[in-house]
Amino acid sequence: MKTSNKISFSRRSFLQTSALASGGMLVGFNLFTACKEDVKPPVDLSLLDYNDFNAFIKISDEGKVTIFAPNPEIGQGVKTSMPMLIAEELDVAWEDVHVVQGKLDTKNYTRQVAGGSQSLRQGWTPLRQTGATARQMLVNAAAAKWGVSASECKTNKGVITNANGDKLGYGEVVKEAASLEVPEDVTLKDPKDFHIIGQDISNVDIDEIVTGKPLFGLDYKQEGMQYASVLRPPAFGQKLESFDDANARTVNGVNDVIKFGDKIAVLANSTWAAMKGKKALKATWTQDSKAESTAFHDETLLGLLNGDKFDTRRKDGDVIKAFAEADQVLERTYETPFVPHNCMEPMNFFANVTTDKIELVGPIQTPAGTAGQVARMLGRDASEVTLEMTRMGGGFGRRLYGDFALEAAEVSHLAKKPVKVIFSREDDMAAGIYRPAIKYRIAASIKDGKLTGYHLKEAAINGNMYGLIPNFFPAGAIENYQVDTANYKSNITTGAWRAPYTNVLASCEQSFFDEIAEAMGVDRIKLHMDLLENVKRTTDERIQYSPERLQGVIKRVVKESNYGKEKDVYQGFAVYYCHNTHVAEVADIIMDNGVPVVKKVTVAVDCGIVVNPLGAKNQVVGGVIDGIGHSMYGEITFNDGAPQSNNYDSYQLIRMLQTPQVDVHFIENDIAPTGLGEPTLPPVGGAVANAIYKATGKRLTKMPYMNNMDVEPVVG
Amino acid sequence: MPTFQLKINGASHSVEADADTPLLWVLRDNLDLVGTKYGCGIAQCGACTVHMNGNATRSCTTTVANAQGMEITTIEGLSENGDHPVQEAWKDIDVPQCGYCQSGQIMTASAFLENNSSPSREEIRSAMHGNICRCASYNSIEKAVEVAAKKMN
Repeated sequence: MKTSNKISFSRRSFLQTSALASGGMLVGFNLFTACKEDVKPPVDLSLLDYNDFNAFIKISDEGKVTIFAPNPEIGQGVKTSMPMLIAEELDVAWEDVHVVQGKLDTKNYTRQVAGGSQSLRQGWTPLRQTGATARQMLVNAAAAKWGVSASECKTNKGVITNANGDKLGYGEVVKEAASLEVPEDVTLKDPKDFHIIGQDISNVDIDEIVTGKPLFGLDYKQEGMQYASVLRPPAFGQKLESFDDANARTVNGVNDVIKFGDKIAVLANSTWAAMKGKKALKATWTQDSKAESTAFHDETLLGLLNGDKFDTRRKDGDVIKAFAEADQVLERTYETPFVPHNCMEPMNFFANVTTDKIELVGPIQTPAGTAGQVARMLGRDASEVTLEMTRMGGGFGRRLYGDFALEAAEVSHLAKKPVKVIFSREDDMAAGIYRPAIKYRIAASIKDGKLTGYHLKEAAINGNMYGLIPNFFPAGAIENYQVDTANYKSNITTGAWRAPYTNVLASCEQSFFDEIAEAMGVDRIKLHMDLLENVKRTTDERIQYSPERLQGVIKRVVKESNYGKEKDVYQGFAVYYCHNTHVAEVADIIMDNGVPVVKKVTVAVDCGIVVNPLGAKNQVVGGVIDGIGHSMYGEITFNDGAPQSNNYDSYQLIRMLQTPQVDVHFIENDIAPTGLGEPTLPPVGGAVANAIYKATGKRLTKMPYMNNMDVEPVVG
Repeated sequence: MPTFQLKINGASHSVEADADTPLLWVLRDNLDLVGTKYGCGIAQCGACTVHMNGNATRSCTTTVANAQGMEITTIEGLSENGDHPVQEAWKDIDVPQCGYCQSGQIMTASAFLENNSSPSREEIRSAMHGNICRCASYNSIEKAVEVAAKKMN
């Protein structure tokens, strides 16, 4: 999809403006969906109710611009990059822009979500239209003042000029502009004229972050607020039988102990008192459903792979026939563990439930869904709920689930007090919504030197690959191709974890392709380039990856990494498409006393136009290192339903000394941008495994790799 | 509850707390100095790092009783205007992603550079190994510590 410059839209579907009594213009705009027709713009800033709109541009008489960023910020950079799109087309200097986190709008908004690497992709056109429309209205106002045609006026960084050399700042015409008709046709800039998009723009919260200002959910407090520490069942499948809170109530600062469901909340004047109170609780638990252990999960998933109860998710040709006729059939089973999200800011949420309103504040990737769940749980109307989004100390998918906000609301409702629920690290890791354990079995057939068949089977806990994943590469490239999935429903809670399913699938498949190339006796790069040729004329709409763009990133990474030619290092290659972005990676490793050390990863990324190269590079590098960390070290096991790690002395996250240098190369083009929060993570485990194979001759098929090599496990 | 006298960022504070209360929670809950973060509570992640008599110290495992009599510096007091060379370097490089661990990273780096003004890459990597960044901004942290060292010389 090329960017289009001329766009028509209905004003009602998109944008409304109003003059502010206090001066300036307010533009309320809708990011992804149409505003309801009955929505009226507020007329006075003092009466401004952010629930009436999704987000706003505010231009003051002095020409300063405030942009309300709508989407939750979890470290993916959208609080910076989304306003950049508006500012670009508004044609103001970035230095004159002030960004403010918008509040939740449950009435008119459908995608105030951080997830799926979709914010920039879906915001690309509407956000630029918003800026361009406001700019055109300012130009129209200036043109009317001068008595000239708007078409002969130009703008540059907040100043309008005409052919006679007259100049007006945006602030000087903002009042007139606000009373004009909203134009229905605006012209978007040619990408070559961008002066903000494509520039390195610092994180808008950088000053607050480096000086320790309150930004995060855990930093939020209100007068009279109780800190709540919650005791939850210690193992999945257990429920509360009885408890004794006598000791807990004697702890200094503890004010109340409240049972809710199978949980017990200790309310106190301070976090420490609440945590101490929780430790002093005595509870007995009973087994309510099966006590599952890791050995059971392994056996169950392998049983599913060995069985014949699958859902077929894509079927091309006849893999069984291809396998029967093959000269050679390869088959591997890949195993991946449960992992927790481990956001550095543990789960927490503030709730103040009173008879006339429900106030929620905290870090959440799904504010609208969570506000709705709270209303339903308490039998209240959704209109009674307000939700303020704080900056988030990481998300990675964990904060898509509002369990902690529901806990806060329920405890506040029962205690009749404002409450902040705070998870300890132990709570956070042991009451997780984990990346599920998944096993894959992949088989391939080779005949007359050609790859003729490919059969992927997935056995997973609680859910299976979703959406278009069964149609990712190599779908479309191989004549006989089939994807089958099977599932075991566990009582262990699982959910989305940065790049769900592909985060392990890509590594497994990219390892397997290394084996296929070896068995065929062909160069790994050539195998991919040739297979992608087969996809070029496809008319299959389920195939959304671009073979040309995948070939582009492959060529680039081969060149930049000097693949296959580097001395003294072992190089592993992987390429993948997910979250609408095309990525190729080469990992360079050395062996240090039998331990693989990843020294460098070269990455080529095609995400279309790079909106903010500084932030984009951070996402790419972070995704790669996160992917290495979790494929090398990440694993949580269960014994009779109880998680066997609960803090960083028993769970290894990647740290500085295990971190390679990541060398990032973006493909330059004018294609509309796609997301970067997830897509660089999935393939890197494959690149590392392929490099380790070159170094050791051993194919790693079980994550985390370090636990499945003959080396000492690392913690800390 | 007993009362403790703490010297934080050059000012004296009198706080009431149980003697076993970690300095971290006194800073955050009693004194509203929330720049110091909670990450693990067992001195494994470094998010709670402060300076005590100039040394990088984990405030989550330092009791308020043991913090008495020490010169304590938190991220809020590292510089008056957010312009300590390490903070400036963090801005130059645009280190933070989610930003949660960064005050701990900055406090570790600033104490380290006081004792080693021209560190090697390996020394920087070893010094910063105790601070977890879940967003994995490690490449940027490494570079920012180098930039900060140059600014301090």
